[in-house]
Amino acid sequence: MEWEVVIGLETHTQLKTNTKIFSGASIKYGAEPNTQACEVSLALPGVLPVLNKEAVQCAIKFGLAINAHIAPRSVFARKNYFYPDLPKGYQISQFELPVVGKGAVTIQVPAVGKNAAYEKVVNITRAHLEEDAGKSVHDLKNNGAVEGMSGIDLNRAGTPLLEIVTEPDMRSAAEAVAYAKKLHELVQWIGICDGNMQEGSFRCDVNVSVRPKGTEKLGTRREIKNLNSFKFMQQAIEYETRWQIETLEDGGSIQQSTVLFNPDTGETRAMRSKEEANDYRYFPDPDLLPLVITEADKARVQADMPELPEAMKARFEAQYALSSYDANAITTSRDLANYFVAVVDAGADAKQAANWVMGSLAAKLNAADMSINDSPINAQQFAQLLKRVGDNTISNNAAKQVFEAMWNAEGEVDGIIEAKGLKQESDTGAIEAIVDEVLAANPAMVEEFKAGKEKAFNALVGQAMKASKGKANPAQVNEILKIKLST
Amino acid sequence: MALSIEDIKKVAHLARIEVSDSDAAATLTKLTGILGLIEQMQAVDTTGIEPMSHSQDLSQRLREDVVTKTNLRDEFQKNAPVLGNGSTEPAVAGGLYLVPKVIE
Amino acid sequence: MINSSLKQLGDLLQAKKISSVELTQTFLTRISQYNPSINAYIALDEAKTLNQAKAADARIASGNAAALTGIPIAQKDIFCAKGWQTTCGSKMLANFIAPYDAHVITQFDAAGAVNLGKTNMDEFAMGSSNETSYFGGVKNPWSFDRVPGGSSGGSAAAVAARLCAAATGTDTGGSIRQPASLCGFTGLKPTYGVVSRYGMIAFASSLDQAGPMAKSAEDCALMMNVMAGFDERDSTSLNREKEDYTRDLNKPNLDLPLKGLKVGLPKEFFADGLDVSVGKVIDSAIAEYKKLGAEIVEISLPNTGLSIPVYYVLAPAEASSNLSRYDGVRYGHRAAEYTDLMDMYNKSRAEGFGAEVKRRILIGTYVLSAGYYDAYYLKAQQIRRLIAQDFVDAFKQCDVIMGPAAPSTAFKAGEKVDDPVAMYLQDIYTISTNLAGLPGMSVPAGFAQSDDGKQLPVGLQIIGNYFDEARMLNVAHQYQQVTDWHNRMPDLDKPNLVMPEGKV
Repeated sequence: MEWEVVIGLETHTQLKTNTKIFSGASIKYGAEPNTQACEVSLALPGVLPVLNKEAVQCAIKFGLAINAHIAPRSVFARKNYFYPDLPKGYQISQFELPVVGKGAVTIQVPAVGKNAAYEKVVNITRAHLEEDAGKSVHDLKNNGAVEGMSGIDLNRAGTPLLEIVTEPDMRSAAEAVAYAKKLHELVQWIGICDGNMQEGSFRCDVNVSVRPKGTEKLGTRREIKNLNSFKFMQQAIEYETRWQIETLEDGGSIQQSTVLFNPDTGETRAMRSKEEANDYRYFPDPDLLPLVITEADKARVQADMPELPEAMKARFEAQYALSSYDANAITTSRDLANYFVAVVDAGADAKQAANWVMGSLAAKLNAADMSINDSPINAQQFAQLLKRVGDNTISNNAAKQVFEAMWNAEGEVDGIIEAKGLKQESDTGAIEAIVDEVLAANPAMVEEFKAGKEKAFNALVGQAMKASKGKANPAQVNEILKIKLST
Repeated sequence: MALSIEDIKKVAHLARIEVSDSDAAATLTKLTGILGLIEQMQAVDTTGIEPMSHSQDLSQRLREDVVTKTNLRDEFQKNAPVLGNGSTEPAVAGGLYLVPKVIE
Repeated sequence: MINSSLKQLGDLLQAKKISSVELTQTFLTRISQYNPSINAYIALDEAKTLNQAKAADARIASGNAAALTGIPIAQKDIFCAKGWQTTCGSKMLANFIAPYDAHVITQFDAAGAVNLGKTNMDEFAMGSSNETSYFGGVKNPWSFDRVPGGSSGGSAAAVAARLCAAATGTDTGGSIRQPASLCGFTGLKPTYGVVSRYGMIAFASSLDQAGPMAKSAEDCALMMNVMAGFDERDSTSLNREKEDYTRDLNKPNLDLPLKGLKVGLPKEFFADGLDVSVGKVIDSAIAEYKKLGAEIVEISLPNTGLSIPVYYVLAPAEASSNLSRYDGVRYGHRAAEYTDLMDMYNKSRAEGFGAEVKRRILIGTYVLSAGYYDAYYLKAQQIRRLIAQDFVDAFKQCDVIMGPAAPSTAFKAGEKVDDPVAMYLQDIYTISTNLAGLPGMSVPAGFAQSDDGKQLPVGLQIIGNYFDEARMLNVAHQYQQVTDWHNRMPDLDKPNLVMPEGKV
């Protein structure tokens, strides 16, 4: 039987605020345990929540970015369950009336093997504001008092989250990963999340089920929790899909459950603590009033909204005559796009800028695991380099050497060209002299060329370039050689 | 909706309150009485009536995103419970609250 | 001095005829004498209290005194007060020292009032007799074999026994007004949102409201001037302009000070279930109001009979969630022995909470659980709207509503302990105002004779429209100008004394 996998994602994006969603405690990452756990974070008796304005702005921003319905009135609800990292015994979330309703995200699924790349629309069911839980620390030092114990750190408790839920629209691990990457880029693009997956700022829960291809009814799903890298997501979905298909083909059945992915074994396993069916007893939080968002609120946020990647991509194609591929690549991150624009604004040719930024620069950054913001070559210098290619001061080859030198912080463009003697010879008279010398020294090659061997021409160009120590403008060498050989 | 001992046990589990078998029987009697009182509601037709969560029809006020809290960990942890199971030490170590091993 | 009004005490203090330390010491001495038998206070800290009194004297000396500067106030143990044991009447919090101040406490501190101590209460404010307190029951100062009412039973007994100048209470379903009725003093539950709930340990968040418990309406008004006001830490706190709740009291006394006032009497408040002797007292109070110029209008609150069922869905539901934080992890009771996390939760909570609290948590959990939410919780919220609408309609016909605050006088300790439903009926006249979020008062209106021949206080309830506290206080104040019920005090050395007939 042929099977089809059906995938939906729930993504917890940690919002880029200064303080918690319901209190004025800092959410800075990496603080000493419980030093950012204020009385509200700790759920001391008598404390009350007050909603963070910035968290609401972030939610509106996201809603606008995915063309979603933004609820004029949404309600905070309590999700009741006991867990030591959940100090109140309930999580304040949104249930029946979320702040962001239906929207959509367009993803580019890359080519895999013989399958070509394609675009797909993933529908967003909803996005809602909620608070994060704290952390359980298991690897406590084994002094007598803590044996068999876990430690609870509530610094993270109350950190604002926007949980973004998709329809079960994805049909492969590749689609799920493409969506996750796209969402990851988008939330950073609009500045609502720092996207740091190691620190847990962007965490995906993936719902996976399988069904016989061609059928409508959804299979029983298992939820893979807390995936914090795209690589793991790919592996986990692939493993889980195989496991579910094998289980069903062996005559077994799938139990709805929550599973964890073990990166060491590449396998998924059901969580022990979530075995029992939960009854969260949601009800509207009486400590919080309905969140009202007016048209004016939305307009204010819209005014602050950066140009979105789709719009920017279209603009780059039109304004800079970039290919769709290049425009897409340049707009995968806002920082990258900003860098590109800065290079072009500083006078570089757009097409060249796109090639260089996506080529040599991207390769270097990747290899060094650096972001564009950490690039040792600033946009002005980069533009200067491309201008020196454009005005024939240096050849493309020489430009690569200059780029290397700039990466290694050896100085500015013109200084490096000077120091390394990379300036290109463009004086016609000087090149003519070199060409004459080469022709005189290689009569055999000249004969071969005249006998119809095209290769001999390239050999002569090579000789001329060699004679100029690589500094002659190759285009000029070509041109002059052609004229001389035709007379 | 008649309440059973199983209901009591299920609800007690959800609420994380240990209930012995004898307690459960006594609780069942009292809770059945209270539910009897509550059942009077079912006589009212509430079709189309908007539920009322708050006594005033107001909207949520928003707080500026400014850090106002400082580190009071030591003060707060003075209230940490006693660890138990033979230890009279507070259930904290290295700034963490200690609980029996959390199994995921 | 112990029977003086807050205004009189303030005048004495500011005229430096007495010092706050002297006044405070007077009350502390009375407390040490009578509290062992009455059990009104859970926590006392003489050193802390006297330090505040000294600071108040310094403030008075510097000429910066406010109305309540130097006046000793008892605080219900539901309010977190920094450095004070704050238990909410529960074993769960028996060792909890609050590390921060409730808004109400901050307000009294800013006013220069002196915190006399933390008063006893039903555990987590769940009860109508103060018998669910982990720290033991409280005696009704009028008759030690009887309950003071609840949940603010300690504050009630402290006010009635003059073990404080005034006290704070909280009222979720009647917890200020019912004990005020049973102990014979004046208590006000303000409009929901007028007093910040920050630092007030939650029972049912959408119903809880703090208010004053004092001898007279005038005292309550002065207390309200301190307690009321916007607090940005409570999302349900109302951002309104500061009011002077005494503003209507000082108008010149006319022959008919309440002329034109329309008093609505809901027929449902005078039906079966009201003790006949209590009804008589209420009738005579109404007659007095007529003499003051009030016009009586018969009204109906047709859905008010459902307020108890609705309340016993909504309040336990909210409570079941509010009390989930008591898990033995960060503070509060943790079982001495446990095997794993689940066992620790189950035992800590089973041991830390008393029977009534556990019952309400279980009911609340049940009505919110899958399959029952619509039939119970949602239905209750819908009927809550009907009940609130009844009041909207009623206030089109009258300015204030009057009736009994409680269906009977103080009952005997132990009488209703094993019958939760009978206990719940104590709040039959008070709960509907909490559901609607309206202000309500209980005002001493006389005494009724019990079966065993004792004269026990009866409270007249006054319900006002939203934010009408100042008018209600004046309505009560005018009555207190022509009656002296509010000035009666029990003889603590002969607590079962049969009271003489009242003046009215």
